[in-house]
Amino acid sequence: MPNVSMTVNGKAVSAEVEPRTLLVQFLREKLSLTGTHVGCDTSQCGACVVHINGKSVKACTTLALQNEGAEVTTIEGLAQNGEMHPMQAAFKEHHGLQCGFCTPGMVMSAIDLVKTHPNPDEKTIREGLEGNICRCTGYQNIVKAVKTAADNMGG
Amino acid sequence: MYDFNYHRPGSVDEAVGLINEDAKLLAGGQSLLPTMKLRLAQPSDVIDLGGIPGLSDISVDGSTVTIGATATHASVAASSAVAGAIPALADLASGIGDTQVRNVGTIGGSVANADPAADYPAAVLGLGATVHTNSRTIAADDFFTGIFETALAENEILTKVSFPVPEAAAYVKFANPASRYAIVGVFVAKTSDGVRVAVTGAGGSVFRASGMEAALNANFSASALDGIAVASDDLNNDLHASAEYRAHLVSVMAKRAVQAAGG
Amino acid sequence: MSSETGIGASVRRKEDKRFLTGKGRYLDDINRPGQAYGVFLRSPHAFAKIKSIDTAEAGKAPGVVAIYTGADLAADGIGGLICGWAITSKDGEPHKAPAHPAIAVDTVRHVGDQVAFVIADSLAEAKDAAELIEVDYEELTPVVSGADALASGAPQVHDDVPGNLCYDWELGDQAAVDAAFAAAAHVTKMDIYNNRLVPNAMEPRAAIGDFDSGTDEIVLYTTSQNPHVARLVLSAFVGIAPEHKLRVIAPDVGGGFGSKIFIYAEETVCAWAARKIDRPVKWTAERSESFLSDAHGRDHHTTAELAMDANGKFLGLRVNTVANMGAYLSTFATSVPSYLYATLLAGQYTTPAIYANVKAVFTNTAPVDAYRGAGRPEATYVVERMVERAARDLGISPVELRKRNFIAPDAYPYETPVIMTYDSGNYPLNMDTALKLIDYDGYAARKAESESRGKKRGIGFSSFIEACGIAPSAAVGSLGAGVGLWESAQVRFNPTGGVTVFTGSHSHGQGHETTFAQLITEHLGVPIENVEISHGDTGKVPFGMGTYGSRSLAVGGSAIMRAVDKIVEKGKKVAAHLMEASVEDIEHANGVFKVAGTDKQVTMAEVAFAAYVPHNYPPDLEPGMDETAFYDPTNFTFPAGTHIAEVEIDPETGVVEVVDWAASDDFGNVINPMIVEGQIHGGVAQGIGQALLENAVYDSETGQLLTGSYMDYTMPRADDFPSLKVETTNTPCPGNPLGVKGCGEAGAIAAPAALMNAITDALGVEIDMPATREKVWRAAQTVQQAAE
Repeated sequence: MPNVSMTVNGKAVSAEVEPRTLLVQFLREKLSLTGTHVGCDTSQCGACVVHINGKSVKACTTLALQNEGAEVTTIEGLAQNGEMHPMQAAFKEHHGLQCGFCTPGMVMSAIDLVKTHPNPDEKTIREGLEGNICRCTGYQNIVKAVKTAADNMGG
Repeated sequence: MYDFNYHRPGSVDEAVGLINEDAKLLAGGQSLLPTMKLRLAQPSDVIDLGGIPGLSDISVDGSTVTIGATATHASVAASSAVAGAIPALADLASGIGDTQVRNVGTIGGSVANADPAADYPAAVLGLGATVHTNSRTIAADDFFTGIFETALAENEILTKVSFPVPEAAAYVKFANPASRYAIVGVFVAKTSDGVRVAVTGAGGSVFRASGMEAALNANFSASALDGIAVASDDLNNDLHASAEYRAHLVSVMAKRAVQAAGG
Repeated sequence: MSSETGIGASVRRKEDKRFLTGKGRYLDDINRPGQAYGVFLRSPHAFAKIKSIDTAEAGKAPGVVAIYTGADLAADGIGGLICGWAITSKDGEPHKAPAHPAIAVDTVRHVGDQVAFVIADSLAEAKDAAELIEVDYEELTPVVSGADALASGAPQVHDDVPGNLCYDWELGDQAAVDAAFAAAAHVTKMDIYNNRLVPNAMEPRAAIGDFDSGTDEIVLYTTSQNPHVARLVLSAFVGIAPEHKLRVIAPDVGGGFGSKIFIYAEETVCAWAARKIDRPVKWTAERSESFLSDAHGRDHHTTAELAMDANGKFLGLRVNTVANMGAYLSTFATSVPSYLYATLLAGQYTTPAIYANVKAVFTNTAPVDAYRGAGRPEATYVVERMVERAARDLGISPVELRKRNFIAPDAYPYETPVIMTYDSGNYPLNMDTALKLIDYDGYAARKAESESRGKKRGIGFSSFIEACGIAPSAAVGSLGAGVGLWESAQVRFNPTGGVTVFTGSHSHGQGHETTFAQLITEHLGVPIENVEISHGDTGKVPFGMGTYGSRSLAVGGSAIMRAVDKIVEKGKKVAAHLMEASVEDIEHANGVFKVAGTDKQVTMAEVAFAAYVPHNYPPDLEPGMDETAFYDPTNFTFPAGTHIAEVEIDPETGVVEVVDWAASDDFGNVINPMIVEGQIHGGVAQGIGQALLENAVYDSETGQLLTGSYMDYTMPRADDFPSLKVETTNTPCPGNPLGVKGCGEAGAIAAPAALMNAITDALGVEIDMPATREKVWRAAQTVQQAAE
């Protein structure tokens, strides 16, 4: 089996994988980083979104081997010294999650959104989250959370 | 998915050498991998073009925008050079899939895959682009040959697409609310050689609406399209839209594209 | 009063940290030592005889541990899946309950029906092997719509169910309704379809069976809203293991909306197979599998007639519904189109005579069961579209027509003609509040402005009611339920003053870990960070009936309050002893015990410590501070409200934009307003999804599910909605100690009618759900052509 090496949440990792191993499987099964979820099989729900080299990507639609040498950040890598990332904190403050299953992907997408749109209006946020499906919240509090986080992140 | 041999060649030539009958080229993988995950494709070899230096370059000279095969939709959408030369192209790229798909999906993958509901084929045909491969160039009008079919030979790799800069252009998409692919997408370009209207999503493959082109050549304004419609006979008719509705939408989207292009 | 963390405070959720940092523990995140992986081979056909299954090749594939078919389950005496609610047809016959094997034995009855279970060392190997199984099918002609299934000569889904009729049930006084129609000045009639939905909780269903051959105990990890019910059914009816040797754990569960109430084939097979191979077996659904195998929702065809006098006063309502049950009866399927539906047909109105006839039918589609609202959305949809249509027919404003017929705020308790006794409410107040929120006075100007841009604007109302807090055991027992619908709670003080509450209500998004903790903080003065809510494990929680029907707070919360009462009662005895007073003189408030009329007091923490370190302790009192209570409600609760939708339609394309939404809901007392508002947002989003986007479509000839993935089944996204304007009113529920009514389903119940009424208002013609863009475009064309 081929070997793949990458940096995940700041840590160098390396493992043998079947070529068909998706990045999300690599994270969940090899690294036990189970915060990245799988909610569909057609690359639409966004529960699996992680950052690869700083950009949000659906980890269910990229092979582990494609990411040789990449810098990967998952939901587990956001909090620093026990402090939640401003986006995580804003989701809590505004009740932007209910069952929590879509939340990791939603948060990772939202951070990327604020990076590309530092001062997003409601329309930009709603459209920018089209790659993430939430069944619980109706999105309203997610939108509020993203707006607040954008403000707090210095947008 | 089924297992396969994975290759990550360092050059186009090396990639060409790896091709066999059952191999698949992976550019961004945003269409290929979902198909493989559902076990609808079983390639023996997957040849990842993502590691080939220079293949994702974007360049603009006075009259041509050239985009490398592995340039992502996000990079095209974010390119100020592209936006300056052909804003409609950057705009089209910014509306493909979702942010995460755009961060990985590539123009080469999209054009070579020739999904009948994909956006890029409308730009390629609408702008009269030239498709470059490792061995030749192919005019847009000769490139798309059917449902998921192109003029590419088995051992041929799309390397870049060059788009002539039009006088004006716009793309308007009516997206499927579920998949967000085009139910109908219309790319209208006013070029020095005349107006081109390319339609995606509506038929088995992207096609040009010649009746509309003629009308717009006479008068580049939305009202010139009054009463002009594409025939619904050959259009897709499915759960999401009847052929009749699609035909109607082609006219509406075409008018909106003409307006957006300043007509 | 702990105002910042007690009742009425928008306490930020205690459970959020783990979900936000990737530390939630959902089922697929769990792996057991030595675990094998299971994959179901599913039927590609809607209806076929299985002539043979050849597993020889598959059995030899790498990594394969075992392959099981329906015959293996039958050989082990494993029973089929059950339906736990008995409905009696109008001719006195019990409903038809055909066999529902966890793996098909000789016939497959819907696409996705289980045919074989392949277990291998890895998931990929199990999938590879499943493809090697050869099944010889004899295809039969399927039937997919409820109406078609009732037609003479329709394919017979089950040999032992003539005419595919599960039951033909009625409720109400038919003669009184006939008389009302005979006396009517006006009758409004409509055919109404309530479209089939796929629940689509974001976490796909999953299960792990784990058998301990040393203790003979099976632990089933499963994505369940009600682990104790799963244990009961799997033990008593399916025969997996005795209840005391079966532990069911539902860890963090990623949404349910009803779809995870039911006892499914897959978890049954995992629990059974784990013992067979003496290894843990894990199965996780892929989304495309969820589409085929999760119980679907709705799918009612209804004809309704409303009789009115000359002033628009409702005289009688006659409803005929055909409910599609799918191929088999899911766990509570029979109750949904009967007692959870027809009992709400009075809506918020004084309609004196109501008669409903419901035919439940089998088809070659996935089973249909409760989905957010379960019967009550279907009832509200019928009533509220009828009311709005009647208003148009009579030329009366829909607001005015509703107000003429609302049950008056002073009329409670109010007995409806369909066996419900509404306990409290103020329907006109909700209407007026919602009208203000939407700025009804400014609507005409907004409509004119839309029209100036070539757009059509519409406004629509829905004054919904539901029966929640399910439910009084005696009531549901008399109506056919096979179980009691009480709830239990255990409140355990630890010696150092922290509290663990064990509840049978399962939280899968509702925020119980916060709301329930607020009850303890409010009543026992324990800081909220010192309260832990434990749920979802039959090995920890004494008993429970689970989470559905917006019952968690009204029933589960009330059980906690009963346990709190017992804690206080015991605490008083300890406090009396500690302060050398008599128990009668001890007063308790907010975790402090006082001797009446003195300044002597002890805290709950001191009392709890004394109870566990009983060095100086009353001789006639048990040590410990740990109380369990059961609560069985005396009535349903009746949340109600008015939602108003405003839409703008592009007639050129049929695109409907929901431009504004106002909701005024009465949920009784509210413990955590932030969480309640979130429930409304989510419910309305699902309701808008049903009305505008979502539709489970089977091919009428082949029985294939045409909308089997997110490529074809439209899930609502963030850009499909405006920001909703939500307010609550409050007539406290007199039926439970908390005065609460339940809020989980309201949005999904209210929204579809409001939105469809708005679209109808804009278009001027009626269309059915979902209001797809093409349907709306065609309707707009028709209206335009008629005008020209």
